Amino acid sequence: MKFAVIVFPGSNCDLDMFHAIKDELGEDVSYVWHDETSLDRFDAILLPGGFSYGDYLRSGAIARFSPIMKAVEEAATAGKPVLGVCNGFQVLLEAGLLPGAMRKNAKLKFICKPVALKVKNSETMFSMAYEEGSVITIPVAHGDGNYYCDQETLASLEKNNQIVFTYESELNGSINDIAGITNEKGNVLGMMPHPERAVDSLLGSEDGLKLFKSIVKHWREQHATTS
Amino acid sequence: MMIFEVKVTVTLKEGVLDPQGSAVQNSLHQLGFDTVEGVRIGKIMNLRIEATKDSIDDQVKEMCNKLLANPVIEDYRYEIEEVVSS
Repeated sequence: MKFAVIVFPGSNCDLDMFHAIKDELGEDVSYVWHDETSLDRFDAILLPGGFSYGDYLRSGAIARFSPIMKAVEEAATAGKPVLGVCNGFQVLLEAGLLPGAMRKNAKLKFICKPVALKVKNSETMFSMAYEEGSVITIPVAHGDGNYYCDQETLASLEKNNQIVFTYESELNGSINDIAGITNEKGNVLGMMPHPERAVDSLLGSEDGLKLFKSIVKHWREQHATTS
Repeated sequence: MMIFEVKVTVTLKEGVLDPQGSAVQNSLHQLGFDTVEGVRIGKIMNLRIEATKDSIDDQVKEMCNKLLANPVIEDYRYEIEEVVSS
């Protein structure tokens, strides 16, 4: 399976993402610079964390208009797995590939620590290797992770089971403690916690590895049935 | 074509919590300014645009909706002034 890690000017978790896929997951992975225009050769798209364009104007607001984003939208429409972590999540929100927006953390602090997450939906292509309701530990590192959407959007997120991860205890002011959501189709996931930083018990947790294993498992199943 | 100075003001929508505004409000209260009932923090962007009188308004609106503001959480308003060369 071929993964793409999109690199924007100011991305800084791209190496961690690359390492997680190549060394821990053992799959094929390449960096794709933001001014490229095609992702046809990839099976899954990863938007890493960082501070694309210095977080100028709003987090993700400028990266969202990078040339590569058209290809990301096409990949999402085609049903390929698209994962945005932290700043990658913010880019997906700004691009309208996921509903809602990010505000500054309620207490204005940059929060950087391992947090407990509940797996709310283990039926997505990103979470099928987890047990539903299980609690996992994955680090966060963000200043703008305070998720917001209006009540109508929240109701539809809940109704369609689009909330995949929630914080076990109040963290940054996010509505309903939301840590990660998918689009309606379930092939685009945005999350503030960093699964790519939790892929080796030597470094504190390997709870994030199952997320990437889920993507591979789902992809293999799809290909076994269609070929 | 004419030159316009455009001042765009972007603020968080009413009802969207503004953590920066709340922190500044608390600080003002600590300084004794008890009369302050609300603080909202926003951004001001000054743009210089060459356009025709007929198109300037639509152009600014499009810029605000596409990039300068995030309509999910922010409102915007703008003032357009024609630059008169001396």
